[in-house]
Amino acid sequence: MTQAAPLIRLEGVTKRFGPLLANDAVSLSFYEGEVLALLGENGAGKSTLSKILFGMVKIDEGQMFVSGQPVRFRSPADAIAHGVGFVSQHFSLVPTFTVAENVVLGREGSAVLTRGKLERRVGNLSERFGLGLEPGQLVGELSVGEQQRVEILKALCGRCRLLILDEPTAVLTPQDTARFFGVLRTLQEQGVSVVIITHKLGEVMAISQRVAVLRLGRLVGERVTHETSEAELAHLMVGRDTAQVTRPARSAPATAPTKVTPLLRVADLHYSDRGRTRIGGVSFDLHAGEVVGIAGVAGNGQSELVAVLTGMLKPDAGVVALSGEQVADFTPNTFLARGVGRIPEDRFRGIVGELSVAENLLLEQLSSFTRAGHLDRRALKRKAETMITAYGIKARPNDRARTLSGGNVQKIILARALARDPKVVIAAQPTRGLDVGATAYVQGKLLEQAARGAGVLLVSDDLDEILRLSDRILVMFRGGLSGSFSAGEADADTLGLRMAGRAEPEEAHVPA
Amino acid sequence: MELLIALLGGTLRISTPILLAALGETIIERAGILNLGIEGTLLLSAFSGFVVAQLSGSLWLGLGAAVLTGVLLGLLMGFLSVTLKLNQHVAGLGITLLASGLALYAFRLLYGGSSTPPALEGSFTQFQPLHGTPLGPLFRQYGLTYLALLLVPLTGWLLTRTAFGLRLRAVGENPEAADIAGVNVAAVRYRALALGGALMGLAGAFLSLAQLGAFAHGMVSGRGWVAIALVIFGHWQPSKVLGGALLFGFLQALQLRLQAEGVNLPYEALLALPYLVTILILALTGRNTAYPKALLKPYYREGA
Repeated sequence: MTQAAPLIRLEGVTKRFGPLLANDAVSLSFYEGEVLALLGENGAGKSTLSKILFGMVKIDEGQMFVSGQPVRFRSPADAIAHGVGFVSQHFSLVPTFTVAENVVLGREGSAVLTRGKLERRVGNLSERFGLGLEPGQLVGELSVGEQQRVEILKALCGRCRLLILDEPTAVLTPQDTARFFGVLRTLQEQGVSVVIITHKLGEVMAISQRVAVLRLGRLVGERVTHETSEAELAHLMVGRDTAQVTRPARSAPATAPTKVTPLLRVADLHYSDRGRTRIGGVSFDLHAGEVVGIAGVAGNGQSELVAVLTGMLKPDAGVVALSGEQVADFTPNTFLARGVGRIPEDRFRGIVGELSVAENLLLEQLSSFTRAGHLDRRALKRKAETMITAYGIKARPNDRARTLSGGNVQKIILARALARDPKVVIAAQPTRGLDVGATAYVQGKLLEQAARGAGVLLVSDDLDEILRLSDRILVMFRGGLSGSFSAGEADADTLGLRMAGRAEPEEAHVPA
Repeated sequence: MELLIALLGGTLRISTPILLAALGETIIERAGILNLGIEGTLLLSAFSGFVVAQLSGSLWLGLGAAVLTGVLLGLLMGFLSVTLKLNQHVAGLGITLLASGLALYAFRLLYGGSSTPPALEGSFTQFQPLHGTPLGPLFRQYGLTYLALLLVPLTGWLLTRTAFGLRLRAVGENPEAADIAGVNVAAVRYRALALGGALMGLAGAFLSLAQLGAFAHGMVSGRGWVAIALVIFGHWQPSKVLGGALLFGFLQALQLRLQAEGVNLPYEALLALPYLVTILILALTGRNTAYPKALLKPYYREGA
């Protein structure tokens, strides 16, 4: 690679948040027409670094240069003016605006807007970069992949020369991801410098030319992509060798569980919210010792399914049976009492931040620590201490739960859900946002439950996790099941197609 | 027919202050701020308009004072809810209490406890473009009424067809998106509050300088709250807000007429009629999802 003068250069950039050192003397250059992958675990300082580049976080120490000139960004407006664009993981779009309105927001070009002119301008730009967007369409009606392209278009409209993409493929189906990679190549051809923030090694290898690895705020390595390997990068990222958790190879379901009563049976389940179908006729069984994975792009009814199966929502129609007994009363208590342990999707909503760790751990069984309406705090604390040790939670029983890290909060939730040896474990996005170590721990615990004889329903957006842990995989699409596979039968591509609602690639070409 | 035209003329007159206030509130709410200071803003601007007009002898100076009062109270709301990021309900109600108290206190200071409130020597007069024709009573309106009607499409145009309106709506729907696009969220909200406050000031001026030509304690009598209800009823769209204001004005005009005709109903029931219908319509239009998504939410830049 011909190393011309860098477009942007960071020198000794340091940023502290209180006692936390988010970036520690990071020096890094960004070049035109190059895709740089910024790799690191959660909390490694990738996000902070990208926010510094985009003027959302101010530098404590160090310098930043754009085309050799020292600059100091006070706000995103400064960064935009210097040609930096940012596409966050959480899209910052206005759903009630059209594509064109979203794109021109903040750089309208004139005080009075002419709709036709705006839409032509945005349409032309979309065409030039091959984004395939309809400028007059409402953003709220677009798919996640399209919304992401709107974000990219927004950045390009600001004449950006450095485009930062934060976990760009986290929410995409494999097919959308392929399309996204195509867009990246066009950007590169047009001389845009691209920074991809990610912790997916495969992605790094596939699209980047250079990799910078961050660990605990420090830049621990810079590699040319084709001269490194996934193993080396993983080692740099984690600082130790990691082993991924995978389901034990089991003899295929020879114990054909046809006669055995399933621990959980769902039959023709329906639920709709304000006229929109969320669950439309879902049926499946969950047997003892089995992990059933539910894959799907977020928002296809998985959250509602979990809510029904934990008693948070009452279905409109259909049957839910636990160990053969039909559930009549959809309340969380019913499901708890019948041996359902749940790991909620949003772990911070699963705990009460102002309560102590001990209270949170035993929230579901407070009644057994109550005598004559009085809570036996000492017994509570003793029990909590054993759980804290057993699950390796880094906290004391009396700490406020809100002060804990995401990984430790998830351990509290695991400990609570698994404490009473549930027959059925409903795990929704159990490792979302956790680092490699915590993820492995949580996944190991889930497999342990299955080995103990519980049935585990694993709902996850992480296809890789589903593939590694599940005995059977169901795919949800628009509230229904669009596919069912046993382990080994499915791969990411087939699942991806089902997640997009297509059975086979050929089907799209079959004339109606 | 004559009766109907008189009724419609009354409708327009009665709708005017509510329409002006509701348009102001629409602009403010589209930027993500619920301004419950509206009721007090109406009273204090009616008062300041009245006092300045009386002392200076100029109705136009009075009008300017009323508008200025509205703007300043809007900026105060901005300071509390945008800069200090206080709860908007509390800040707004606080402003209503403060402004109302201030108006009544200053009124006492200036005019003592006289039971007959001082009136202006002359108040704004009405235009009479079609005088003598059957439609005369319909068009015999104050200039502010014509202005209010003109402001309906103008507000709609401002919100949907200008860069300022685009930014304002973005700030009210997703301030983070606006911020990332380089829009100064606080500045846009302050401007919306000042502009909306100016319209509320006009509404206050209409009450004291045109309709009544005097100032009295209870002269606003809940018009601010009705305006807020109309903004919801009107789905935050100026044209629909106009519809609501006209409906309310019509019911009010009708009940006044019925009272005058001596209908055999307790007059309290007639007085309550427009408000009851407002509540009924709000209840019937049901859950409304058109609200600006950032309404009531102070904007914090993440990590700042």
